[in-house]
Amino acid sequence: MITYAALYTLAGLVFGTWALLSLRGGRWANAAFWGLLATSFLAGDHMSDLANGALVLGLVALAASGRLRRSTPATTGPAERQDLSERLGNRLFLPALIVPLTAVCGTLAYTYTPLGRTGLLEARHETLILFGIGVVVALATTLAWLRPPPVAAAEEGGRLLDSIGWAAIMPQMLAALGAVFALAGIGPLIGGLAGSVIPPGSVLLTVVVYGLGMALFTMVMGNAFAAFPVMAAAIGIPVLVEQYGGHAAVIGAGGMLAGFCGTLLTPMAANYNIVPAALLELRDPHGVIRQQAGTALPLWVCTVAIIYVGAFVL
Amino acid sequence: MTLWPLLGIVMVIAGFALRLNPLLVVVCSALATGLLAGLEPLAVVAALGKAFNDNRYISVTWIILPLIGLLERHGLQQRAQSLVRTLRGASLGRLLVAYLAFRQITSALGMKDIGGHAQTVRPLVAPMAEAAAAQTHGDLSAEQREQIRAMAAATDNVGLFFGEDIFFAIASILLIQGVFESAGHALTPLQLSLWAVPSALCAFAIHGSRLLRFDRRLGRGGTGGGQ
Repeated sequence: MITYAALYTLAGLVFGTWALLSLRGGRWANAAFWGLLATSFLAGDHMSDLANGALVLGLVALAASGRLRRSTPATTGPAERQDLSERLGNRLFLPALIVPLTAVCGTLAYTYTPLGRTGLLEARHETLILFGIGVVVALATTLAWLRPPPVAAAEEGGRLLDSIGWAAIMPQMLAALGAVFALAGIGPLIGGLAGSVIPPGSVLLTVVVYGLGMALFTMVMGNAFAAFPVMAAAIGIPVLVEQYGGHAAVIGAGGMLAGFCGTLLTPMAANYNIVPAALLELRDPHGVIRQQAGTALPLWVCTVAIIYVGAFVL
Repeated sequence: MTLWPLLGIVMVIAGFALRLNPLLVVVCSALATGLLAGLEPLAVVAALGKAFNDNRYISVTWIILPLIGLLERHGLQQRAQSLVRTLRGASLGRLLVAYLAFRQITSALGMKDIGGHAQTVRPLVAPMAEAAAAQTHGDLSAEQREQIRAMAAATDNVGLFFGEDIFFAIASILLIQGVFESAGHALTPLQLSLWAVPSALCAFAIHGSRLLRFDRRLGRGGTGGGQ
């Protein structure tokens, strides 16, 4: 049976390769950071919780030191890329499509045909395992088709990863924060508070407060990812799912999307809202937000309505 | 029941608002929350370590980077740009609606980095939008030109945000799964991405109709006088 353990080994080897490339390029902090992450993937299950905790603190110390750098491996220039894109045409999209197709078709086949009874893939984890398989197939196809230099795949991946930097582990760290919130009993705590503020039994009002909280926290923090564990622990899980019996998938997905409406409205999300204003030479730094407001507000209303209908009416 | 553990939530909000390193903010908040809930210091570090280890599947998705990097090396972004270029000749409203659809669909298929403000908006979509508007409405004021460029950037953001969540291996979907799983509610990524579809359709309808209205309004309020 293929399990997450196999996927983690693969990811550990990929991150390990990036650590070695960083070492070769003399970027010590990057090497240490990706090396620690590779260790987590390869050996995390064999380490004590405390050792894993120490590893997390090490990752954060490296990220906070500000020493992670971008890498500039040898790659093709703009003119060369233009030529290649004209020669290869729209076929360039095909390898990228292999990944979602493998995962979606594979999951459907595994769920609705006798294939599922073979027990080949770990239950409930088949989509992500199929994603991993899709990546391997797509990469093999691309290598066989384009025949780049052997180290190019690792270097190009490393180039992208180093441009993302420590932010690459942010979603995982936020999920860990959510787990610690759950352990510390934040859910029941807020559930109690919410119960004393919102009239009991008012499902619609609670959904509105949940969606509003996601949007407002996202606006303050500039990031729906950071707002999500907070609002899920506060209202989404304890009140909407556990107390009122709402459909968990709708409440999860809808909450995140209500947060995305907030992202459209905040200068704190600089990459999306402020940087483009500069890039497009707008005199008004908030010009992009102004154009987005007319979409974000009705879309928020629709998203809240979708949460209510999808989670409680259907 | 004591309310002190809620200070951890306040720390996250304050830390992000103060622009401190977000990873540092998150870990400090987790440690503070655990301590305030009465756990021993080492037990808090262990709990954080266990939670991080349990949620590794969220970061697994980065194994796609060598594939994307290789395709970029062979001109993937240039190819996306020439696809956008085929929209030349359309009116402003139709051009941006088509780009919105392109951005939503490619993001939903996991190719969120072939568009973007640096990759497509500045070099292509914004100048094409300005040219299309000038073609239909004649000379435009400086202010109108700015509004058009801002609308091009807004269209990219809306397309990305309300397309990417349909891709099941995107960090936001896996984060939702992780947070719900640690609270004892098992969800699959496919379920979550399916429930992102209604909002994506609403986004297309709302923003798309605004784009068409924006185009019409430029025609009516055209301060520059026609050709």
